[in-house]
Amino acid sequence: MDAFTTHTGIGVPLRRSNVDTDQIIPAVYLKRVTRTGFEDGLFAAWRKDETFILNNPSYAAGSVLVAGSDFGTGSSREHAVWALLNYGFRVVLSSRFADIFRGNSGKQGLLTAQLSQDDIELIWKYLENEPGASVTVDLVSRTVTAGDIVAPFEVDDYTRWRLLEGLDDISLTLRHEQDVTEFETRRPAYKPSTTVA
Amino acid sequence: MLTTGHGQAVPAMGRNQDKRVEDVSGTLAEKVWEAHVVRRAEGEPDLLYIDLHLIHEVTSPQAFDGLRLAGRQVRRPDLTLATEDHNVPTTPGPITDLVSKTQVDTLRRNCEEFGVRLFPMGHAEQGIVHVVGPQRGLTQPGMTIVCGDSHTSTHGAFGALAFGIGTSEVEHVLATQTLPLKPFRTMAVNVEGELQPGVTAKDITLAVIAKIGTGGGQGYVLEYRGSAIRALSMEARMTVCNMSIEAGARAGMIAPDQTTFDYLQGREHAPTGADWDAAVADWSTLRSDDDAVFDAEVDLDANTLTPFVTWGTNPGQGLPLSESVPDPETMGDDNEKAAAQHALDYMGLTAGTPLREIRVDTVFVGSCTNGRIEDLRAAADIVKGRKVADGVRMLVVPGSARVRLQAEEEGLDQVFTEAGAEWRLPGCSMCLGMNPDQLAPGERSASTSNRNFEGRQGKGGRTHLVSPLVAAATALRGTLSSPADLVDATSEGSK
Repeated sequence: MDAFTTHTGIGVPLRRSNVDTDQIIPAVYLKRVTRTGFEDGLFAAWRKDETFILNNPSYAAGSVLVAGSDFGTGSSREHAVWALLNYGFRVVLSSRFADIFRGNSGKQGLLTAQLSQDDIELIWKYLENEPGASVTVDLVSRTVTAGDIVAPFEVDDYTRWRLLEGLDDISLTLRHEQDVTEFETRRPAYKPSTTVA
Repeated sequence: MLTTGHGQAVPAMGRNQDKRVEDVSGTLAEKVWEAHVVRRAEGEPDLLYIDLHLIHEVTSPQAFDGLRLAGRQVRRPDLTLATEDHNVPTTPGPITDLVSKTQVDTLRRNCEEFGVRLFPMGHAEQGIVHVVGPQRGLTQPGMTIVCGDSHTSTHGAFGALAFGIGTSEVEHVLATQTLPLKPFRTMAVNVEGELQPGVTAKDITLAVIAKIGTGGGQGYVLEYRGSAIRALSMEARMTVCNMSIEAGARAGMIAPDQTTFDYLQGREHAPTGADWDAAVADWSTLRSDDDAVFDAEVDLDANTLTPFVTWGTNPGQGLPLSESVPDPETMGDDNEKAAAQHALDYMGLTAGTPLREIRVDTVFVGSCTNGRIEDLRAAADIVKGRKVADGVRMLVVPGSARVRLQAEEEGLDQVFTEAGAEWRLPGCSMCLGMNPDQLAPGERSASTSNRNFEGRQGKGGRTHLVSPLVAAATALRGTLSSPADLVDATSEGSK
């Protein structure tokens, strides 16, 4: 995973709440067995509508998605994160994220920055008035800058540290393999095995 | 959203961290969590041991690929089980969609290479992953259970801490049998009273989600409590826990009791002899202590609950069947108004239309929410001796091969086919339309599944979430209906 410190890119105002992962990438695109190539499925149904924001050339090369509340609800599909990353997004801003989506994002280096809904509204207005304007997201200082707007965002300390360092979870856990082995000796004998019976 | 959440006004995580240090008492979720902590360090997530890892073809290929690239093995194949469910056709014959076939073939190769047990298409134990685990007795109280599928919350019905994970986490569990996790908050969902005839577990869960909203459970493990929950069968409890994710919660749980133990005893993977006694002794301690404090509480009155249906494009947009399509103008702020209007436009509905007048093209009975034997019995009971309405297609898809066999032994397949419904092979089917079972654009369904998102059941398809009883009654009348409507119709001589 690449380290993330700060990112500047075109902001895309997505004025929708409850964007579920079926909207981010419909199930028919989930049949691939790779981690790449999912950009064509991103918002597939909405992109058929010519008025959809990503069909506006000013926003098409966006990398900072500014979304409504409850972004990423529903299915656990990590393909939603891959689709956003494959398309070119590095950051999603929202006032509230679904848990699983947020966890998946953190594993893949997609920053999910939680802002107040008031700040989201301000940034939406700014980006709608200035199509193609850039947004800077600074993970070190935990701030989003868009024009004159400077807004703080929330991200948990541990995820922030991992993103700043570009560390992957499995390697971190394997440093403590001894603890896992020891725990296994303490598990009750009645716990089921999938291979017996 | 119809109503605002209770869950939003509570302080962020942290209480758990404060109290768990010295506390042995606490909520059910906290007890199961504590029993699985492999490692705890300041400023880091707890490392939790995973007792059971369930796998299917859609969210696992990239995880196995990751293992191969890093030269890693599956640490505990004996705690891992795979089944083919999302892509499988529900009509006889091989998979004809080549991309689906590749995904299923990839799972088979991966299971072979890494020594993971697999129940493939056609196997007597194949089925939807969340139906298979419980029916084999693999899902037991006090376990930690994960799967790359958000409806893993189903297994919480047994008092397990069970939740959906992403593919990176699937790889993490395969490699280490653990997951680093931040503590969840806990919410008590108290459902007191007695359900009226025709009102089911599905109506409880749709009402809870409508009450707290699709984000109301965000960050929480929900514990369903109260006399109405205690009275539910294990299968009905699974329906309730299954949809916890639709309220944004990571998991749903119900404390194990005699109903749980009776369900488990004698199943393949359930403990036997002295192990059974030891297990029951442990399981009996798995309840929230009387002085346990939840981070949030929600109350629902079972006595006044009536059949619930969704009208919009998220599971929180639901109402009693007796009501009408709501007017977006009456809703919260501008964003909520716009979201509701967008939902009505997508659904092709007009505010003020009685929900009972909404005509459907398709009825789907199945899925990990309502594809178990009791669901099929309930639906069969309604359609028995009657006919599916003209112009309505009814699909009945058992949740597993075993459920299908059981239903056939009871003659339910005959009941459905004689009524004009289609009796299918097990799988996820039209719940998410990864196989050929899909709605055409503009088609409308009454579905016993769990999500009414735009395009979920097929591009342009419109979904109303309902219970198996409402699904069956709707199939007979052609419009959203409850079994009570059938009685009325008969007595009026109109049908």
